[in-house]
Amino acid sequence: MALARHLSIGEHAGNAGKGIKEMATVPQEIMNSLTAQRPIRDRAAGQVVASLEGVSKNYQEVKALKDVNFAVRGGEVVALLGPNGAGKTTAVKLLLGLLQPNAGSVRVLGGDPTNPENRMRTGAMLQIGRVPETLRVREHIDLFSSYYQDPMPAAEVLAAAGLEKLGDRKFGDLSGGQRQRVLFALAICGNPDLLFLDEPTVGLDVEARRMLWDQIRKLVGCGKTVLLTTHYLQEADALADRVAVINKGQIIAEGTPEDIKAKTAGKRIRCFTSIPLGALRKIPGVTEVKEDRGAVELHTGVAESVVRELLARDAQLSGLEVAAAGLEEAFLALTQEGANGGNPD
Amino acid sequence: MSTATIALSNTRIQRTAAHTVSIYLKEAKYEFLKYLRLRMYTVSVLSFPVMFYVLFGLVLNPHNSIEGTRVPVYLIPSYGTFGVIAASLFATAAGLAADRGLGWLQVKRASPMPPFAYFTAKLFTSFVFSTVVVLSLFALGFAFGGVRLSTVQFWQLLGTLVAGSVPFSAMGLALGYFTGPNSAPPTINLIYLPMSFCSGLWVPFMFLPKVVQKIALVLPAYHLSQLALGVVGSGTHEPALGHWEVLAAFTMICLGVARIGFQRDQEKMYG
Repeated sequence: MALARHLSIGEHAGNAGKGIKEMATVPQEIMNSLTAQRPIRDRAAGQVVASLEGVSKNYQEVKALKDVNFAVRGGEVVALLGPNGAGKTTAVKLLLGLLQPNAGSVRVLGGDPTNPENRMRTGAMLQIGRVPETLRVREHIDLFSSYYQDPMPAAEVLAAAGLEKLGDRKFGDLSGGQRQRVLFALAICGNPDLLFLDEPTVGLDVEARRMLWDQIRKLVGCGKTVLLTTHYLQEADALADRVAVINKGQIIAEGTPEDIKAKTAGKRIRCFTSIPLGALRKIPGVTEVKEDRGAVELHTGVAESVVRELLARDAQLSGLEVAAAGLEEAFLALTQEGANGGNPD
Repeated sequence: MSTATIALSNTRIQRTAAHTVSIYLKEAKYEFLKYLRLRMYTVSVLSFPVMFYVLFGLVLNPHNSIEGTRVPVYLIPSYGTFGVIAASLFATAAGLAADRGLGWLQVKRASPMPPFAYFTAKLFTSFVFSTVVVLSLFALGFAFGGVRLSTVQFWQLLGTLVAGSVPFSAMGLALGYFTGPNSAPPTINLIYLPMSFCSGLWVPFMFLPKVVQKIALVLPAYHLSQLALGVVGSGTHEPALGHWEVLAAFTMICLGVARIGFQRDQEKMYG
């Protein structure tokens, strides 16, 4: 996740003249004191390539984003995870310069997102309802590639998006999943350093989804940065170095997928038992009890002692399952906490 | 594969002029191809003026005259104007409304496309289709209607009509910013069909009721058709400059409205 950039002093001096900012490795204590003075920029763990600082965005009465602070660092995959209407797409559109914030500032690649030179280094895949249908796939890619300085060769783009045999097909003749892949192709064709993907695998079947995930991983391996939004928890888990959970316009949790999972009580115990719910709740270590189609589901951080207690109290207990609380539970717990005004931190 | 450093570069990536020009050309090419392959567009834009001309100019009244001008000659400027209006409006308004409403314009805006390239591409498409309509009418008139234009007249008429696609493309942009994807085509029809009628594009101007003739004075279609008729020595014989002024003012107003729409759009998109 944290890719430290190592540079010798000589390289650093040599590059200084080109105006490129790069960081030598510095002891963590010094970095901490530096970051205390310069809030988001230039941490040792990869530079910030895009950020929302204190951003609020309203649509008439609806507050889509409320005082959001969010940063994307170079070379990582960040997932913005949230339910529909949480503000994910708004955040992406602000970062793409398609919207202006009501408060706060948006910075991309060190500048304003509406800067055309910035756009030559970014690619975007949005959820949209229309692409001109009478143009062929190859033609769409040709046009978008022409906007960039150094685009990928057309054959590579088609291969990367899984569209090899569809180059001459008109967009209107494609299936839903194929159309989605064309939108992905348009996002990557310019060889951008920073990629924004808004719900990229919606409508794709499992195979296409895996293929897209592989492509994203490959791009990150080449040093690109990816911000993806999704409500598929598996996707965030599979791809992201860092996850920011967003709900109702606010970021309610941020960290690696493991960090997020750890925010809920660690394990889930499921069994069929005759012990009443009230008694189950009183077992030390149990944080939550739910009924689920005749079985009960317990959440706890101390699975072993709870299981021992259950087995001791009910000799007829059956169908015992103990599993790690997945990202799904973490997500639901966080969004419900967020909705109730509770701050998990 | 090296862990390439993501340079938070202060160096600006500048496009060369040649690169920018090639983008404009490519955008125009694909916009034109897009409409060329759209049967609904090409058929309706090209066939109606041609059909009307053949019917009213060649089949029904080939030997009649309207105020001294032979009908097959008179109808080229009027149906030509009609064709140019349709070609321009449908190339701009309908496409823009759909692109806006359904998100394609957002993808284009998020890309490094120079925003102006989108609009010039639409203008180019309007020009090309306007030219094709007018040339079709010329060809039919020449082949079957005994229409003979001098070289000067040919170029003047063609130039006037094709130049006329500019105000109507501007009108199309203004409309495109204020209609939705489904309401755009019917709105266009509701505006341009009555406008064409009241401007004397179907029933010649002098046969329209006085009231309608008064209305025509504020309609750009009337002014364009008068300019075109003037080239063949017909029409109401008012000074050309007045007509050009009205068209220029109309274009400016439409571009102003379009610009308002353009700026309004930046705040209007829901996540």
